[in-house]
Amino acid sequence: MVFGKLFSGLRKTREKLASGLSRLFGRGRKLDADFLEELEEVLYTSDLGPTGSKIVAELEQAWKKREIAETTEVPAFLRKALLARLEGCEGSLVKAPTGTTVILVVGVNGSGKTTSIAKLARRLQSEGHKVLVGAGDTFRAAAVEQLSLWAERLGIDIIKQGTGADPAAVAFDACAAARSRGIDYLILDTAGRLHTQKNLMDELAKVVRVVKKQIPDAPHETLQVLDGTTGQNAIRQAEEFGKVAGVTGLILAKMDGTAKGGAVFGIREKVDVPVKFIGVGESIDDLEPFAAEPFVDAILKFEGQETASA
Amino acid sequence: MFDSLSSALSNAYRSIVGNKVLTEANVEEGIRSVRQALLEADVHFKVAKEFVADVKERALGQEVLKSVDPGQQFVKVFHDELTELLGGEKVGLPVATDNRPLILMMAGLQGAGKTTTCAKLALWLRKTRKKNPLLVAADLQRPAAVDQLQTLGNQLGLAVHAEGTQGRPPEICRRGIELAQRNRHDVVILDTAGRLHVDEPLMVELAEVQQICQPHGVLLVCDSMLGQDAVNSAREFDSRLPITGVILTKTDGDARGGAALSVKKVTGKPILFVGTGEKPDEFEEFDPPRMAGRILDMGDVVSLVEKAEAVIDEKQAEREAKKLLKGKFDFEDFLRQMNMIRKLGPMKKVLGMLPGMGQALKGVDLDDNRFKRVEAMIQSMTVDERRRPDIIDVQRRRRIARGSGNQLQAVHDLVKQFKMMQKMMSKLGKGGLEGLAGAGMPDPASLAGGPGGGLPGGMPGLPGMPGGRGAGRGGGNQAFRDFMRKRKK
Ligand SMILES: Nc1nc2c(ncn2[C@@H]2O[C@H](COP(=O)(O)OP(=O)(O)OP(=O)(O)O)[C@@H](O)[C@H]2O)c(=O)[nH]1
Ligand SMILES: Nc1nc2c(ncn2[C@@H]2O[C@H](COP(=O)(O)OP(=O)(O)OP(=O)(O)O)[C@@H](O)[C@H]2O)c(=O)[nH]1
Ligand SMILES: [Mg+2]
Ligand SMILES: [Mg+2]
Repeated sequence: MVFGKLFSGLRKTREKLASGLSRLFGRGRKLDADFLEELEEVLYTSDLGPTGSKIVAELEQAWKKREIAETTEVPAFLRKALLARLEGCEGSLVKAPTGTTVILVVGVNGSGKTTSIAKLARRLQSEGHKVLVGAGDTFRAAAVEQLSLWAERLGIDIIKQGTGADPAAVAFDACAAARSRGIDYLILDTAGRLHTQKNLMDELAKVVRVVKKQIPDAPHETLQVLDGTTGQNAIRQAEEFGKVAGVTGLILAKMDGTAKGGAVFGIREKVDVPVKFIGVGESIDDLEPFAAEPFVDAILKFEGQETASA
Repeated sequence: MFDSLSSALSNAYRSIVGNKVLTEANVEEGIRSVRQALLEADVHFKVAKEFVADVKERALGQEVLKSVDPGQQFVKVFHDELTELLGGEKVGLPVATDNRPLILMMAGLQGAGKTTTCAKLALWLRKTRKKNPLLVAADLQRPAAVDQLQTLGNQLGLAVHAEGTQGRPPEICRRGIELAQRNRHDVVILDTAGRLHVDEPLMVELAEVQQICQPHGVLLVCDSMLGQDAVNSAREFDSRLPITGVILTKTDGDARGGAALSVKKVTGKPILFVGTGEKPDEFEEFDPPRMAGRILDMGDVVSLVEKAEAVIDEKQAEREAKKLLKGKFDFEDFLRQMNMIRKLGPMKKVLGMLPGMGQALKGVDLDDNRFKRVEAMIQSMTVDERRRPDIIDVQRRRRIARGSGNQLQAVHDLVKQFKMMQKMMSKLGKGGLEGLAGAGMPDPASLAGGPGGGLPGGMPGLPGMPGGRGAGRGGGNQAFRDFMRKRKK
């Protein structure tokens, strides 16, 4: 199963975190105010934020209208409500009609950009594509070295300049190299930046402009890497990076822990950008396409049933 | 739902101010708003629930019922409780009581900021404590992690013990400490690999480092953007090690930092420092009241009030505010107020300290030069023009533009926005409480302003604040100010 890793990560802590829906849906439980509050808690602790309250309110409505009477009907109701909110949230990588596809990777500090680039490169490489990476983080100590090491392990080329170089210049070089070398996918790393830092966001906009100058319809894909453990601030991040860099897809990294990445629901209310991948570990193969159903099931912890039958 | 706690709070005020005592019923509304705001600030669900219950209990307690001003009491209880939860008084680093150098070990999730924080902490100890720290590179997991620490060490002239990427972290750390003792370093800081709290082998390794090195302090490095899961990871790290204290990173962003509260609550360990930027010197000791204000999105009201008291002439401010609220407000008043405010510090910082402004100011380019330009334009006006802005026609505007070295459009913008503000302020004068909340929240768009002119919107709201309260309206804020003053003593 695609989400195997996600589940196994969750399984590890299952005993410790036995609170959750399985307890809620235990036999004999009545649908009442207490139940609704506990449900709200489960949703909140998955970082759903105010969306959690909204869903509980919907459930309450359905209950009052007698569309729902038993707690046993609740999982299906929730599943439907959550999935409805993720409609159009899945998506695969865009490919340029001809020539190099340029993928720009952006996000706040330490979210998992560089590692996700390595994973993505691996994925594309294993599909038979010729991949090049550009070391656009010229700011953080040893950021260039970090990407270089990944490139070396993967046996792919890297375009880099020294620390302190203009990231737009690196992007420019990388685009030129990609064109002349007949590269299928160019993936550009960028320095982590908080969306509140105006000068750094301007710098990012400049990188986008420079890339466009080299390859007019590029970047074909601008992927924003979000840390799956981030709370409600992820929404602000998605909004701001979306505005400045024209984000076309999200990668939700670090989903192998106990965080559920529920901020995605809040993000969906503000920006219409699909989640394309999730990161489920630090190794090169730990990247999986995002799929709404297992994502929702992980929040509802339906995997408990899976193990029950196993 | 509320956008921020400041709106929640003004809502709470509305339900409380005007009532003589805090009753179950009138507190309830405010309490609900507060809970919602805490949740939106990423405070863990259970922590928020408990917190709210505590506040409620205290708010309904005797000490409150004796109060003359319920609004004041509500805010006081609220802010105090949160500050207390966050750590009460400031706590410092542990000290080495044996004959070894002070050994500090970093721990935390991936990408939290451990390596950067090693360098920051070392620099801070060198600067403020005259220490001679040694950094130890024990992250063999992440590509170029050793390189990263060495680079930082080189940049800052800090000694780094590294053994490449071979070997075992506990051994590397042990040898690092031995080296420090030989080379007379009085502090050793151990950088460790980021790890998930559910990663059994890596958690075992971390505990081993702790057992072998017996650090005086284990510091959990926590990203301030963390969501609800913060409690799970913090609890697990603490139960494995245990941790001594917490360092909160990336507080230069706009995350409300509710996770800090959760982490504090579940581990009971103090938050010692905060990272305020990527640069090595962007690092400060943790200040609980300030963090409380942030989680509540009340801005840095404490320091603003203190600063304001130092530089703003209270009586004058009150006079101005009265004038302001009547809509009788001219360019001379404006200039005077502007200068008063500018004494407080850079504009963005000052406005950022106001409740509710934290969010409103995000991404707004508040260039202090714009204030200088505005000043130049006003100075190019005649006394008559300043006192009667209505007479400033196009011809005069042209002259003002020339005189101040600005575009004509800039003068147009200034006059237009000034008039809008006059209107707004007179509305505010009539609007009481609701208006006051607005005074703290100028429209970010107008702040960003036109091509280079334009009025730094909302600015007079600042001196207006004390006066507005003095004028007997918006009792809530008056209460808050009183409370702040008392707190200081
Ligand atoms: N467990 C886990 N760790 C991850 C995942 N993705 C990245 N990491 C780790 O998170 C840390 C930060 O990852 P980076 O790829 O360096 O993050 P970044 O966004 O490039 O960081 P900056 O360039 O400093 O802003 C590293 O320790 C990675 O190994 C993931 O999916 N799961
Ligand atoms: N804006 C901001 N960025 C920070 C702060 N502290 C650290 N960072 C950035 O966060 C990112 C991750 O920092 P690191 O020090 O590499 O994090 P780490 O915990 O050592 O990461 P791993 O070793 O991969 O687990 C880098 O881009 C840092 O520059 C801070 O206080 N503010
Ligand atoms: Mg990176
Ligand atoms: Mg590190």
